[in-house]
Amino acid sequence: MLEISLFYIAATVALVATILAMTRANAIHALIYLIVSLLAVAVIFFLIGAPFAAALEIVIYAGAIMVLFVFVIMMLNLGEEGDAREKQWLSPAVWAGPTLLAVILFAELLYIISSVEGPVSTAQVTAKQVGLTLFGPYVLAVEIASMLLLAGLVGSYHLGRRALDRNIHEADARALSESNSNSTSDSNADKGAQ
Amino acid sequence: MDGLNIPLSHILLVSSLLFAVGMLGLMMRRNIIFILMSLEVMLNSTALAFVAAGAHWGQPDGQIVFMLILSVAAAEVAVGLGLVLQIQRRFKSLDMDNANRMQG
Repeated sequence: MLEISLFYIAATVALVATILAMTRANAIHALIYLIVSLLAVAVIFFLIGAPFAAALEIVIYAGAIMVLFVFVIMMLNLGEEGDAREKQWLSPAVWAGPTLLAVILFAELLYIISSVEGPVSTAQVTAKQVGLTLFGPYVLAVEIASMLLLAGLVGSYHLGRRALDRNIHEADARALSESNSNSTSDSNADKGAQ
Repeated sequence: MDGLNIPLSHILLVSSLLFAVGMLGLMMRRNIIFILMSLEVMLNSTALAFVAAGAHWGQPDGQIVFMLILSVAAAEVAVGLGLVLQIQRRFKSLDMDNANRMQG
């Protein structure tokens, strides 16, 4: 009985953390709640006998992908005014309508799900089984995933590099014009460099 | 972990609730960073459904689809955050409504 209640606790934590993450104004606060939600889902994976998936969830989702978000939010340097703007965008009039309609659809989905019966298997699906199947029947999917990751790598390199190059060029040009005119203060040059 | 009898329908319920929260976030936020986070939540909830179904039948296939979803999420986030940097630089704002015209 205790073990089953573990599942319900983890599920509640995941849901509450996700709802809080979706309604925060500050992006970093939302990100922390999102990480908690991912950790709770990893606990659920452990409980339903998928320890390998749980480890991947923590290492890749909560580790690598969330760190990417943190890096980008740090680079954007949003600050207080961004928070105020987010709060202004988050008025209930914006989301009340879509929420109501989605709740109706969700009630239908609940009705369908409630007809599913049977518990999940108590046996663990080990990493060895997963690996054997992954490089056996699913080897083509592995190749496709590697192509997708390569495309993602090239795409993000292209997008990020152009942004950085132009920022540097703009900052250089601004610094040059300011040093020529000698009329502006250093603080403006600092702002431009940022 | 023997003796656990979590009903499959309850895990699917949690998964669909997470998906619904993610989709609501997708609809009600205009900040592109929150839109990307909502996409992550939705992908994660479908992964939970796959792993639960794999555990239900005791097959490793669910976890393999989970790994494929993981790689899709990683690629999507890398490109999406590159776009975030471009949008912030070009419009000085993360409001997606600014980027509704693809005039280049």
